[in-house]
Amino acid sequence: MKDNPSRPLYLVPYYLWIALFVIAPIALIFYFSFLDLAGAFTLKNYQNFFSSVYLRMTLSSFWYAFLITLITIVIAYPTAYWLTKTKHKQLWLLLIIIPSWINLLLKAYAFIGIFGLYGPANKLLQTFGAGPWQILFTDFSFIFVSVYIFIPFMVLPIFNSLDKINPALIDASRDLGASSFTTFRRVIFPLAINGVKSGVQAVFIPALSLFVITRLIAGNKVITLGTAIEQQFLVTQNWGMGSTIAVFLILFMIIIMMVTGQKEKGGSYNGKTK
Amino acid sequence: MKDITRAAIAILVVSAILLYTVNVLERSSATADGGTISVYNWGEYIDPELIDQFEEETNISVVYETFDSNESMMTKIEQGGTTYDVAMPSEYAIEKMKDNDLLQPIDHELIPNLQNIDPYFLDLPFDPGNEYSVPYFWGTVGIAFNPTLLEGQTFDSWDDLWDPTLQQEVILVDSAREVIGMGLNSLGYSLNSTNLDELREATDKLKTIGPNVKAIIGDEIVEMMRREEAAVAVTWSGQAADMMWINENIDYSVPEEGSNLWFDNMIIPSTADNIDGAHAFINFMLDPEVAAQNADYVGYSTPNEQAIALMDPEVTGDERFYPPEELRERLEVYENLGLEMLGTYNELFLEFKMDMEK
Repeated sequence: MKDNPSRPLYLVPYYLWIALFVIAPIALIFYFSFLDLAGAFTLKNYQNFFSSVYLRMTLSSFWYAFLITLITIVIAYPTAYWLTKTKHKQLWLLLIIIPSWINLLLKAYAFIGIFGLYGPANKLLQTFGAGPWQILFTDFSFIFVSVYIFIPFMVLPIFNSLDKINPALIDASRDLGASSFTTFRRVIFPLAINGVKSGVQAVFIPALSLFVITRLIAGNKVITLGTAIEQQFLVTQNWGMGSTIAVFLILFMIIIMMVTGQKEKGGSYNGKTK
Repeated sequence: MKDITRAAIAILVVSAILLYTVNVLERSSATADGGTISVYNWGEYIDPELIDQFEEETNISVVYETFDSNESMMTKIEQGGTTYDVAMPSEYAIEKMKDNDLLQPIDHELIPNLQNIDPYFLDLPFDPGNEYSVPYFWGTVGIAFNPTLLEGQTFDSWDDLWDPTLQQEVILVDSAREVIGMGLNSLGYSLNSTNLDELREATDKLKTIGPNVKAIIGDEIVEMMRREEAAVAVTWSGQAADMMWINENIDYSVPEEGSNLWFDNMIIPSTADNIDGAHAFINFMLDPEVAAQNADYVGYSTPNEQAIALMDPEVTGDERFYPPEELRERLEVYENLGLEMLGTYNELFLEFKMDMEK
């Protein structure tokens, strides 16, 4: 396919896809966000969003998403680092990824059983003479299950960027007398930071709008923006307000993408630090 | 590239064959005399044997689909992608569907079995003269509780749920009108209150129940109570009956301040195809023996007087599920409060969930 004049044609499906499934829905959401219950133009939805209930909901969504992301990084970074050192990288990686192929609802229901008063988690506690404790429907169970679900999405990008680091750079750092910690801080960490950033994007943004887990695992005691959108669309049938919350979610996403954005694509590949 | 083209052609050919087969199958089933009707019902809300029996008796084949909320049912009927011939919405949904011209009037001549229904359940405010709907099941909202997990607490009043000894024991149903309604009832207000001061007072009172709330969930309540994960749940009578079916320790009570009395009804959507078939189905379901068998299977309360006569008196004499008329007087039926007010209820419910005392 050199200089084929029909080449732009191959882009048509792509552009069609983008227009139909990315641009059109966002435009619709934006349009709906200006409609009230009767379908008339209004700015009330936006005014409503800045009422204390939704602002506090936004804050609490951010707080939980932040906690989830932080804990995921703390677990995923060493895991990814260790993975790069193992013999059968692909096999281990597969084992970490496989759970993410299982439907989210299925996993949530499994955790209802595991965390139940008579479930294995409490059985284990009881063999140590503790419990039974109420594990299900707590902040702990919510964060635990969310972290569990998001770990593969964090391990993968961090692993990829760690794996790309040229081992010669690490040898060089050691040869020049840097300790393991300094090598990590000055060489490995800066070179793999883009992986962490992609991981944060893949975890923080979905974590902001979790809603199935908030009900099944947190018993609706944790309320996120996702819960509110679901309720506005399915119960209240207030598509305007639901869309307005969605518009803000999109805005937050853009901001997070900008903050964690990667200016030089693949810049770390050659070991070039910024 | 060649492979991709080949694969694409293969997929298209297979799809075409499947489409053709579906068409042929549909045509052949449609020619079974009486044609086909589509029935759209709540999940687990009919004895499947009765569908077979109906098909045998009438030669009408039944396509059966289920929904899990009045709202999703209405949306689907409104969009009209599938034509349904019979559906079973609750009373406030019927009012709403009537306003939106989604209902077909019911021809009483074609439903002789309507006479089997207890007159108490006919001619109700949401559908005067039963012009558009025929009663299917009815029930209440109340408190299911498991005395073996409790220390003798009773639930004759909504306020009992605020008892400080019930820390982390109460499950609430994730539904705005039920929960806000419980707040309103506990203060002696109407379930259909549109008075913003009353609604605010109810929400503020609800927030103080926080320490007792274990979770606010949907259908999972039944499983939680069956497995004795929780001792108390605010739920519908039918769900309570489901729990008791498995776990005999569970009891159910309707608080004396009042509660919700609800009706699910059979209707014919305005988009229906087979209107005669739909009438035949509704009439069939009202047959005393059929209704009795169905009520036995489903566990909700039937409005069919003749069916009750055929059922186990131990079941129909149970005042928890068949409250006598003087008890029903305390209960209220939901009115369609309009979208605006439903929005307010939901905003308050969201606020309650946000601000529950920990």
